[in-house]
Amino acid sequence: MTTSTAPARAESPRARAWRRLRKNHLAGSGLVLVAGMALACFLLPSLLHLDPTTTHPALRHQAPSAAHWFGTDGLGRDYAARVLTGGQTSLLVGLVATLTCVVIGVFYGAVAGYYGGRVDEVMMRFVDFMYGVPYMFLVILIMLMFSESARGDPVPVFVALGLVEWLTMARVVRGQVLTLREREFVLAARLLGASDARVIARHIVPNVLGIVTVYATLTVPTVIILESFLSFLGLGLKLSWGQLVSEAVGVVNPVAVYWWLLAFPSFFLAVTLLCLNYVGDGLRDAVDPKGR
Amino acid sequence: MSAVEVGAIAAGVGMLAGVAWLPPKATRVIGSIFGGALVFGVARGGLGVTGGVVAGALLAVLLARFGPNTVLRRVTFLLPSLLLLVFVTTLLMYHAPGSPFAGEKVATPQVEAALRAHFGIPKSAVEFFWIYVRRLVVDGSLGPSVKVQGRMVETLLRPALPVSIALGLLSLVLAAAFGLALGIRAGLKPNSAADYVATGLSAIGLSLPSFVIGAILIVIFSLKLGWLPVAGWGDLRHLVLPAVTLALPYAAYIARLARGGTIEVMSQDFIRTARAKGVPEAAVVLRHALKGAILPVVSYLGPAAAGIMTGSFVVETLFGIPGMGQWFVRGAINRDYSMVLGTALVYASLVTAFNLVVDLAYAWLDPRVRSDA
Repeated sequence: MTTSTAPARAESPRARAWRRLRKNHLAGSGLVLVAGMALACFLLPSLLHLDPTTTHPALRHQAPSAAHWFGTDGLGRDYAARVLTGGQTSLLVGLVATLTCVVIGVFYGAVAGYYGGRVDEVMMRFVDFMYGVPYMFLVILIMLMFSESARGDPVPVFVALGLVEWLTMARVVRGQVLTLREREFVLAARLLGASDARVIARHIVPNVLGIVTVYATLTVPTVIILESFLSFLGLGLKLSWGQLVSEAVGVVNPVAVYWWLLAFPSFFLAVTLLCLNYVGDGLRDAVDPKGR
Repeated sequence: MSAVEVGAIAAGVGMLAGVAWLPPKATRVIGSIFGGALVFGVARGGLGVTGGVVAGALLAVLLARFGPNTVLRRVTFLLPSLLLLVFVTTLLMYHAPGSPFAGEKVATPQVEAALRAHFGIPKSAVEFFWIYVRRLVVDGSLGPSVKVQGRMVETLLRPALPVSIALGLLSLVLAAAFGLALGIRAGLKPNSAADYVATGLSAIGLSLPSFVIGAILIVIFSLKLGWLPVAGWGDLRHLVLPAVTLALPYAAYIARLARGGTIEVMSQDFIRTARAKGVPEAAVVLRHALKGAILPVVSYLGPAAAGIMTGSFVVETLFGIPGMGQWFVRGAINRDYSMVLGTALVYASLVTAFNLVVDLAYAWLDPRVRSDA
């Protein structure tokens, strides 16, 4: 990262974006926090031998203590273990569903933008149409395509969420590709006899990856929130932050307050989403300072 | 999926795309006819067939005479997309495991065949689609519910629709009002204390699921303070907490948009000109800056409406509100095909109708989009 050694050479867009991102402390601390959160969720349960499933009927609804940091739930399970393991699935679903929609969105948007004209018209009309349908509606319908026994598995959830969330990605990529395809390097590649597939894969897609990263980072929190909605409606994962939070909301009552059931998963969920949003905003400002 | 189904989807998307290539004149004619037909379909439920015809014809004439091109284009897009929506939903439901007739009691093939014939749910998705659309067009009916026996879907949805609309509209108004107030105030003085409060609040609103916020509101206002009812439906007091819960995430996002819009507008030359010629600061903001600041918000209102509909599934469940969301969720889980399609159609129509209003508002606010065909 020492650009000073070659002052005559112009800074590459990637280096410039990286430099801008480094200056953004909010995004930087967000990134560190999310990474720390992910490490904690994936490493701590096995390091501390936490068990999210064993029930202790004698220890139901224990408030946080030295033995159980986050207390226990209604079946006497250690809540710290549940929150951390739930974080694994939440983060994983967020990541995998986002990857699904990156793959679909980039491919769809690149093809529509590269061919343009009628192909573009037909493909983007379909996207417009999908935008008009309330997405929760589609998510639930796609979830139903999986058998009853798969209820609670991560696969249906991230397939359904990935299949719904790619629309914005496709729109953004298509808009970028529409201008990229007019550039000289694309013309040069075609003159050299490169096929359409090669031009798209080697010349177009690498040039949209910056903006794709930005929107992918902003998609992860959306997906995690949507999963919590599904959990609330009884269609989500077996164990995730969303599921823990919705379970805790279900036992809110005026007689006994089990605040830790709601507080810990909500806190983890909110901090992760907040950080991811800041990282995404920081990336956007770094990659595309005028785009807002 | 069979070849017929794939072909039908291709035809549907082709129809959507074809609409986009219609020349402006054809768009005027077809758009007016489609608009009239849609109003006839909606008005028939309340006014009867003659009333529907009158209302439909009236709107068609009005559209042909006064409708702006952008609106007509949207209307021509509407009918094919509703058809495609019905077809795609049908396919998804038919390919999902289970059927509306799968229950604890295993029906004999003869009984199941009789039931399928009675409810108009044949084994083939394409046949079902035709029966459904014919019933919709000829009788103006959304079909019998399989699970709530002896009732039509429209009679079940009719009491739920005003509930959902009241909740959705109030939330949208709240979101816009809160969001604009917060965002513009923050945008007028970036990096001030007010700005940090506003951006902080909106960050929290965006990172907690609405049902958590709702639960916290219930604990504070219903259980601790006892000011508002916990759940249920009846008078206005029941509407407050759900509407606030539903509105908060959107208020947060609108605040961000309005803040960005305000900052951008305030750095424009015409603002400096207005100040230089001595316009008082309040007038600068209200007369000159406000329009520019709310433009990005107005274009977000369409997606926000769709999102609020989605959120209402969750909020209606949390507060036990007898709205349409519950009918949809229950219908989807029970494989009540006509119920799912009925709610889908009503939701999609609400969202598109709202998008139309947003388009009109946008054209009125921003003359640049008004002129193009």
